[in-house]
Amino acid sequence: MAKVLIIGGGGAGLVSALSAHAAGAEVIVVSKTLPTRSQTSMAQGGINAVLGGEDTIEKHIDDTLRASAGLGDEKRIAFMCENGPDAVRWCNTMGLPFSRDGEGEIARRRLGGASAPRACYAQDYTGLKLLHTLYDQCLKAGIAFVNERFLLNLIVDDASNRVLGATFLDIAKGDVEEVRADAVILATGGYGALYGKHSTNSVGSSGDGIAAAIRAGAKLADLEFVQFHPTALKNSSILISESARGAGGYLLNGNKERFTDELAARDVVARAIHDEIASGGAVYLDIRHLGEEFITHELPQERKLAQIYEGIDPVHNLIPIKPAAHYSMGGIEVNEQCMSSVNGLFAVGECANHKTHGANRLGGNSLLELVVFGRHCGKNAAEYGVTHTAPLLENPQVAKDTNFIRGVMYFTNQIDFYQKQEMLANIFYNNVGLVREDMGLKAVLGAIRQMQKELPFMGPRDKSKICNTNLVEFIEFGNKIELAEIIVVCAISRVESRGAHYRIDAPARNDRMFGAHTITWREDGVLCADFLQ
Amino acid sequence: MEIKIKRSHDEELQSYNVELEGVTLLSILNYIKTKIDPTLTYSHGCRSGVCGSCAVRVNGKEHLMCEYKPSDGDTVEPLRYATVIRDLVVDSARIERFNHAANAWSEGSREGNVSEEEIQRIQTQSDCILCAACTSACPVYAVNPDFIAPFALTRVWRYVSDPREKSSDVKMAAIQTNGIWDCTLCGECVPVCPQGIAPAQDIRMLRTKSGIMGYQDPNMAGMFGGGLDFGAPIF
Repeated sequence: MAKVLIIGGGGAGLVSALSAHAAGAEVIVVSKTLPTRSQTSMAQGGINAVLGGEDTIEKHIDDTLRASAGLGDEKRIAFMCENGPDAVRWCNTMGLPFSRDGEGEIARRRLGGASAPRACYAQDYTGLKLLHTLYDQCLKAGIAFVNERFLLNLIVDDASNRVLGATFLDIAKGDVEEVRADAVILATGGYGALYGKHSTNSVGSSGDGIAAAIRAGAKLADLEFVQFHPTALKNSSILISESARGAGGYLLNGNKERFTDELAARDVVARAIHDEIASGGAVYLDIRHLGEEFITHELPQERKLAQIYEGIDPVHNLIPIKPAAHYSMGGIEVNEQCMSSVNGLFAVGECANHKTHGANRLGGNSLLELVVFGRHCGKNAAEYGVTHTAPLLENPQVAKDTNFIRGVMYFTNQIDFYQKQEMLANIFYNNVGLVREDMGLKAVLGAIRQMQKELPFMGPRDKSKICNTNLVEFIEFGNKIELAEIIVVCAISRVESRGAHYRIDAPARNDRMFGAHTITWREDGVLCADFLQ
Repeated sequence: MEIKIKRSHDEELQSYNVELEGVTLLSILNYIKTKIDPTLTYSHGCRSGVCGSCAVRVNGKEHLMCEYKPSDGDTVEPLRYATVIRDLVVDSARIERFNHAANAWSEGSREGNVSEEEIQRIQTQSDCILCAACTSACPVYAVNPDFIAPFALTRVWRYVSDPREKSSDVKMAAIQTNGIWDCTLCGECVPVCPQGIAPAQDIRMLRTKSGIMGYQDPNMAGMFGGGLDFGAPIF
């Protein structure tokens, strides 16, 4: 029986777990938190699928391809869209409580950049309900969950470029342990938390898996492509779903006038809002005309969030919003089987770059990607594990990481990493955000390299062995800086504008020079980058 | 504002003074951890009331830290009836344990049309974020640590009431022991649920359904020397 280790217990991890289990593998899901606390719980809008009516799979493919601005792979997009209806059907047979229309069919709403309503949803809690439904099914299947284990590194046999497992910090006890497996799936999510309070994401989205992957020798793709969701609450950056616009909500400027097509693709809308705010105005989301009954019924979470975190009732008031870092299009480069450039190391979901979203993701395609590629990846990893049993090799990784955890307690604490983390978030939002230019990017790169040098002067000030979240946050900060450098190097190299990556000093798209993916990897620890088809 | 927090390393409450107003308790703890005391330990994630990480007790009542706006002098303690790992972080094994004991999942969900009214019947129960506030508020744990938690029983009600659910028998059987009949119907779980779910009501409904299926309240059935048996109602 093949053993499959899945790192990350969110949507992608749980779908992969069910799929690997169904394919006969022994599955263990390791998460740094609890599965139901994962980022997927925060998704609101919906999961795309063409279920008939005026919509066609060709249109879904076209919309996705167009939004991807030349970086989407048509074959993979077609695979995702063609499997959409079956993915939604599968979710339904597991008990996901989809909202229904007048005829009793699964209701669909129109999200940005979509030529037809195709996002299937459960009120505005689609992610929460998908995640919990998956979790319940995993308990039924007897999937083993090992929680509150923080990923440190992947264990790789360099000679054969093959992954053997991973090392983890047992957060509660403070010990370092290793888990060996025949195949490893990274399902660790994105890196939005790098933008700190300017991100819609949970604090856990620190990109740990992507950082571990590049350290393990895997190639990454297109890290500079970060999606800024147009409508996050102004004070807290808490997400206000695209569904509000899909249902007919308006975006208003300081003069209370509409200024853009609310349902254009996210990069276009986000920049339009950014420009309004930059020229001194405020921007609001107006859903008053949708009526209290509709809002209570279809958008209950939006109303609650606006009331608690912005102090206004959207039934009667305008919602102040701003764009915030939301989704990581960039990630671990994987082939059509979802395997990375390291043998036996698979990646799925937001931490992977499946080349479906390209330079800009459509709303509703992320949950779709989790299900379609999760099912595909789980099966592939299980099959790989059967035909490629992992060799029993000695490996120094767990000893190295045990020493690291011991040694990090002796970092000098002269510099406060929380301060640096806040600074990183601010300089990133301002210079590696919606609008970028060469000088700003290079200044940020200088600041990041300085922070890397200063790491030994930082460190956790809490020296406890038991449940040390200060230590965990410091390691997450280390991962954030590692990815920050890569993001900025890619953003500097890509001297053009495409999708979510907008250069004010190179506002045109340049397919001749940059119609390719930004691939990054490490050779002997040194960061390398190149444009590859 | 003064906030008092129960720490693991001390019998006394630790007092912090922060000059912040109109922010959530989570924001205050984040401020304390990053600027005053990095050893303060707690769980958090989404800061928007949907991941279920940050439930604690404030002045004896369960709240999500990310939704609660504190007042001067508030006392913060960890949830009850779970081993405290450190400060406000408690062991979360009961979530998996009780959902598993209750068979809280779909045995298979029928395809085909379902009216919006039917799906709405389970809408609130499926809003559960597994924060375990209800479990902390429940007095049954003072006497029965194996009580299948309010959240797990709500989940079972959610599945057996789902119009698409193919099979309820195993779930209904699973909740008869250490389950619905151990609940005192005190309703303490109701005001503490951040999603507005009323587990006590869901448990009442499960009792009614159990009765219809032929189950009895074992507390009643054992009384009067076993003679109080009215049999299952026949319709």
